Amino acid sequence: MLIVTLLGLAFAPFLFPGVKALSVAAKVLIFVVLVAGFDLLLGYTGIVSFAHTMFFGIGAYGIAISSNTWGPTWGALATGFALSLVLTLLLSLAIGLFSLRVRAIFFAMITLAVAAAFQTLASQLSDFTGGEDGLSFKLPELLLPSTEFSEAPFLGVSLDGRLLCYYLLFVLALGLLLSLLRIVNSPFGRVLQAIRENEFRAEAIGYRVVVYRTLSSVLSALYACVAGAMLALWLRYNGPDTSLSFEIMMDVLLIVVIGGMGTIYGAAIGAVLFLLAQSYLQDLLRLASEAASAWPVLAALLSPDRWLLWLGLLFVLSVYYFPTGVVGRLRSRAALTSLSSQARSKDVA
Amino acid sequence: MKFLEDIDTRPLLLVPVLALLAWPLIGSGSTWLTLTVAGLAMGMIIFIMASGLTLVFGLMDVLNFGHGLFIALGAFVATSVLGAMGDWTGSGTWWHNMVAVLPAMLIAMAVAAAVGLAFERFIVRPVYGQHLKQILITMGGMIIGEELIKVIWGPQQIALPLPEAMRGAVLWGDAAIEKYRLLAVAVGLAVFVAQMWVLGRTKVGLLIRAGVQDREMVESLGYRIRRLFVGVFVAGSALAGLGGVMWGLYQQNVVPQMGAQVNVLIFIVIIIGGLGSTGGALIGALMVGLMANYTGFLAPKLALFSNIALMAGVLLWRPQGVYPVANR
Repeated sequence: MLIVTLLGLAFAPFLFPGVKALSVAAKVLIFVVLVAGFDLLLGYTGIVSFAHTMFFGIGAYGIAISSNTWGPTWGALATGFALSLVLTLLLSLAIGLFSLRVRAIFFAMITLAVAAAFQTLASQLSDFTGGEDGLSFKLPELLLPSTEFSEAPFLGVSLDGRLLCYYLLFVLALGLLLSLLRIVNSPFGRVLQAIRENEFRAEAIGYRVVVYRTLSSVLSALYACVAGAMLALWLRYNGPDTSLSFEIMMDVLLIVVIGGMGTIYGAAIGAVLFLLAQSYLQDLLRLASEAASAWPVLAALLSPDRWLLWLGLLFVLSVYYFPTGVVGRLRSRAALTSLSSQARSKDVA
Repeated sequence: MKFLEDIDTRPLLLVPVLALLAWPLIGSGSTWLTLTVAGLAMGMIIFIMASGLTLVFGLMDVLNFGHGLFIALGAFVATSVLGAMGDWTGSGTWWHNMVAVLPAMLIAMAVAAAVGLAFERFIVRPVYGQHLKQILITMGGMIIGEELIKVIWGPQQIALPLPEAMRGAVLWGDAAIEKYRLLAVAVGLAVFVAQMWVLGRTKVGLLIRAGVQDREMVESLGYRIRRLFVGVFVAGSALAGLGGVMWGLYQQNVVPQMGAQVNVLIFIVIIIGGLGSTGGALIGALMVGLMANYTGFLAPKLALFSNIALMAGVLLWRPQGVYPVANR
């Protein structure tokens, strides 16, 4: 399944031609990074942050504001990216040190408060961030759709800057995902899991729980920031609704839970499943709502605007009955089959 | 005075100190008085909403991210009830208006309590003792509730005008003090006194306080803390509903997202107060209310950030909140 996902994303422009399919694929790439970073925090360290979209937004605004003020050059992109990374680092360090020092549960509440304040601030500082309207900006020419690299289309796909941009995102996402896998399987990742399982014992063995939790939250924030920059590169636009809204936070939570907490791979699979479902669920609801138009209450419940209701229900049910997600299920099934095959080979012997 | 020695008085000074610090910054005395009364009124309303949440956390270690749902629900029920009683709210006499507002409050509290009971049973109970899942589940419950509110009342903003006699202001010297804010302070004080009486002078209150301190010990003495907890949860939901009515009238309009917005303020309040402490929640709420009004006047864009800064300051001084609850 993972290989299918990887290959599918690698050859997406050739397999599924069309502008919409490509942008869904790019969105999957961005969400893979965003969600995998969140999984480091939620699945491995066992703490919940509601400020993940804030860092996502910082990354996106870094690219947007710098390209808007300094023009579409590579230098501007790099500076904006670096500045947003530094801001993310400082902010997440401050939040982490403040709230994780006492009780991990403060973290969830404080991040919620800070994220809400940041969202208000971003829409109010309209000179700087474009306010509610957001910012549209230009990229260096190499990445624009109008740049053609060859006259003849290759396998039916025109080789333009858009394609280059897609593969830039693809390489970035793959690299970041691999680096995250490296982090969680390192001794550092083991300590994080130990803290998740039993904070008290981890402290007793001699690990500074606060330090590890803070580091984990900073790392996760940095991944979110990179994902935000990727989003801005792809959309060439950024506004409060595209990168800061609470709905994105909800999406991230859902993807983590559906894909499987504490697996990292789950982020990739969850993102694919979720984004496909997101596109089709609304269509499905529209059909159902039209079918149910005879009963007004049911029609109102099924209207496409209420799709968040159904996602919320799905979320609650999957936390109850499906806490390990798709990847967890597949893994336990794989473990079962290998066990039974071992038993069988023993019988033969 | 033995009684006073038992209480840690230093946090009590925070509220007047904050108010006095703001005076020179604002300059004019009458503006200061107006803002202070507004801040106290806002603080009292926030306290009504926050007190339930902090007790729920203290008693059962349940962190309810869905608390905002009951607030929004209360406010929306109030729009329906007050809308249906247009004759009574429209007339200019005090008692006519009170006849309209009181049932609105009572019905809102009843609805919030009923939904709270269901919420506790279906959303919270299966995940006792698992913080991570609690946060996720109650957040999901909040989203579902918000969407259901949109289904019932529609997604748009609904105006919730104050009844006639509660509009306008009392002039006191140069300072204009809105009548409704005085009413809010009065209701808030009444809730606080009632809560203090229940918690401090009745057997149920004694058990709740003991449960907050040490749940297992109370259970081992043969009391069913689970049943007590359901009661506190429902009462907390009802208070949130009441707070929602007051908040809706304070803002004079309601939106389905109001629960999530107010939730942020409430979290700041209970962190400042120390999770589980009613007195701490009062101090936190008053400080947040004052701070919001002062900075709203001095630097409107920073209003929410000033409250976060306030919380950071308090946590630097007392990392567990102003009144830390023992053993946690």
